[in-house]
Amino acid sequence: MTRAMRVHATGPLALVQDLGRSGLSGVGVGRSGAADRGALRQANRALANPEHAAAVEATFGGLEVAVLDEGVWCCVTGAACAVQVDGRDVGSHAVFFAEPGARIVLGRPGAGLRSYLGVRGGVAPGEVLGSRSSDVLSGLGPPPLEVGDVLPVGVPADRFPHVDSVTAPDLAGEVVLRAVRGPRDGWVDDVDALVATPWSVTERSNRVGMRLGGHALRPARDQELPSEGAWRGAVQVPPSGEPVLFLADHPVTGGYPVVAVVVDADVDRAAQLRPGDPVRFRWVEAP
Amino acid sequence: MTGGVRLLPYGDRALLVELGSTGEAVAYAAALRALGADAVGEIVPAARTVLAVAGEGAAVSDLRQVLAGVCPAAGSVDADDTPLVEVPVVYDGDDLADVAELTGLSVEEVVAAHTGQTWQVAFGGFAPGFGYLIGEDDRLHVPRRAESRTRVPAGAVGLAGEYSGIYPRASPGGWQLLGRTDATLWDIERDPPALLAPGVRVRFVQVPR
Repeated sequence: MTRAMRVHATGPLALVQDLGRSGLSGVGVGRSGAADRGALRQANRALANPEHAAAVEATFGGLEVAVLDEGVWCCVTGAACAVQVDGRDVGSHAVFFAEPGARIVLGRPGAGLRSYLGVRGGVAPGEVLGSRSSDVLSGLGPPPLEVGDVLPVGVPADRFPHVDSVTAPDLAGEVVLRAVRGPRDGWVDDVDALVATPWSVTERSNRVGMRLGGHALRPARDQELPSEGAWRGAVQVPPSGEPVLFLADHPVTGGYPVVAVVVDADVDRAAQLRPGDPVRFRWVEAP
Repeated sequence: MTGGVRLLPYGDRALLVELGSTGEAVAYAAALRALGADAVGEIVPAARTVLAVAGEGAAVSDLRQVLAGVCPAAGSVDADDTPLVEVPVVYDGDDLADVAELTGLSVEEVVAAHTGQTWQVAFGGFAPGFGYLIGEDDRLHVPRRAESRTRVPAGAVGLAGEYSGIYPRASPGGWQLLGRTDATLWDIERDPPALLAPGVRVRFVQVPR
């Protein structure tokens, strides 16, 4: 008996993600991990997995997998989408059992971008530097899923799931991200334009960062900033003036000024924005 | 340095420590790491700063307290008990002549200056296994190339600003290229995967082409 799933369709991009790698910034390896960490944790809680177990991060639906010899418990979290098992609707944010041979299909989300197919036991391709996450910037971790891939499923924990469903997030409303000014707010002319501008997410967005359009922040200095450490949530302003909000696979260091940093709890919400979505910022005080 | 450390805001989970030089940033990061404080998670040293992220469950106020109390050892770099790596280099890079002109040295003197000092890995960041190396003097400080190359081969040894570095894999890049090495900079099957981890000292050794 093998516990595994075979990939039949990937949608635009399907990646294995856990909570990422830590402690490797010094050698140029970033954290990576689920773009919406809360959604991954929610799937793992629902399935009684350890919170760092890996799931499949499906970008804009279209994922289809077949369960091999042994049935598995699953739960889809993140962006709510239709979930079908052999043509039967089970819904996202619900724990379900898929029999051997069953096909699990994720539809396009109505709102939001990334859905997580969690499996009891976790999906378990080999770890790279302590994590199963695919880092699209460094190329570390399992490559993007392809049709025909067989994804091993890990050994379930001793505990059993004790919920049937979990709460789906509301990803349809207006998004206002809380941000702390700085560290390099003085490197643009008018940093308050960040909170005054109705931004929109451009097509040039991925797991590394989200480029925002709608206005250009003007550099206040013509010096070059020596490279500085970067982190998830940092709002970096390149010479074009269009800010980039760093997500899970951001570079470890960067040479453009970071004028604001989105509070950690709001970065998961940012990772669910689609190209074309409007987004605003509001200032909050540093803790 | 006590009292001289500036802490800049960096969201609600981190602080950016501003320092005077790369050497100070390296020493500060090493001292911070040595404390092993629970309030400190990821530590990201860079050219003039150290980004410190709060440990899981720790408050930024605790992080702030730890950061204010760090006392780096006198002298920037703790040189004697860190590993020394010899990197063989064929000095036939496309920018040797430009570097000679920019520095006012002859090509032979550029090579002698590069091989004649001990470098140390200050920080990483450009790609897995890339180390920004700082040297002992400023003879080889040159600007980046005015135009980046679309492809620099793996193993290319270059200079930019106050740093020397080696491309761990083929990538675009704007560093001034001095030569090439066949040393394996990055191998995830190796422990540790990076040849040039922060703190490692490096001597470049000229080998015939």
